[in-house]
Amino acid sequence: MPPNDTPEPSKPSRRRSREEVIRMTRQFMEALPHAKALGLEVRSLGEGRAEFLLPYSAELVGDPDTGVLHGGAVSSLLDSTCGAAVICHPENTGGTATLDLRIDYMRAATPGQAVIARAECYHVTRSVAFVRAEALDDDTERPVAAATGAFTFAAAS
Amino acid sequence: MSAKRPQDRPEPVQVIKQRRDAALAALVGRVPYAQFLGVRFDRRGDELTAILPFDDRLIGNPMLPALHGGVIAGFLEIAAVVELGWSMLWDEVESGALDPADDRMPRLPKTIDFTIDYLRSGLPRDGYARARITRSGRRYASVQAEAWQDNRDRPFAQATGHFLMPRRPGDGDGDG
Repeated sequence: MPPNDTPEPSKPSRRRSREEVIRMTRQFMEALPHAKALGLEVRSLGEGRAEFLLPYSAELVGDPDTGVLHGGAVSSLLDSTCGAAVICHPENTGGTATLDLRIDYMRAATPGQAVIARAECYHVTRSVAFVRAEALDDDTERPVAAATGAFTFAAAS
Repeated sequence: MSAKRPQDRPEPVQVIKQRRDAALAALVGRVPYAQFLGVRFDRRGDELTAILPFDDRLIGNPMLPALHGGVIAGFLEIAAVVELGWSMLWDEVESGALDPADDRMPRLPKTIDFTIDYLRSGLPRDGYARARITRSGRRYASVQAEAWQDNRDRPFAQATGHFLMPRRPGDGDGDG
């Protein structure tokens, strides 16, 4: 699963192959200092889609009485996953930045379990990507949180 | 209206400061994630300012570099929840009914939803945030929060959130 070959550094060009975009996004995401601090794992990347995993950690707890993860940690997971989905969109020519993000906390994440986020760009314009995501623990029938956001986007002209 | 009796004299300033600071420390100290981000609080009377000292681990985009959007969301959410918890405790801290040293600190409010507007990228500098409770009911509360760095007039993020207040003894309607 993790890329073992060390790819040659390549200059970002206007036209990038699908594989190259995905490889570069994975490299970029795995190098982010805060993603490393959280222990975020890139599970999969596709065209306008991403799936990340946040391992459970006592450091990220919001309420020590219950051991439930803080909403902020789940926000970081969702924001990263949404951003990666935008970067991986086939029409995107550059990076992205979050314009806004709304998170609904439907229930507490079960203590001890990793949280997985799945994000998809459901619409893009020339300059904006609309993204939605959900966060799941082991009970995948009942999402922990849902997010919708708008991200900057630079469509190939 | 009532004549001042000796026991109504204001408490010495150090005593009341110590009690307020201890209550605030107990409130913030209970949140491991706040320690993970390094969030601290500055207090002037009842006014709180959340402080996010810059650290490399908070970077989301190393090219710019910029703070991670999730860090900014977490910072604002901590500022909002602590502001709510603080307002919930204030009367008891003032009356001396709440002893921060003992273990019966009330639970913190739970976030129902949280919306963040990213106005500018977060620079590799310390960040500050203040939250304002716009509606505070027995069960639900609405809070707005704003974060800035070098210039108070140039916020880099603002947020609005809804919270479920913890049930407290004396709420009247029972057990929950």
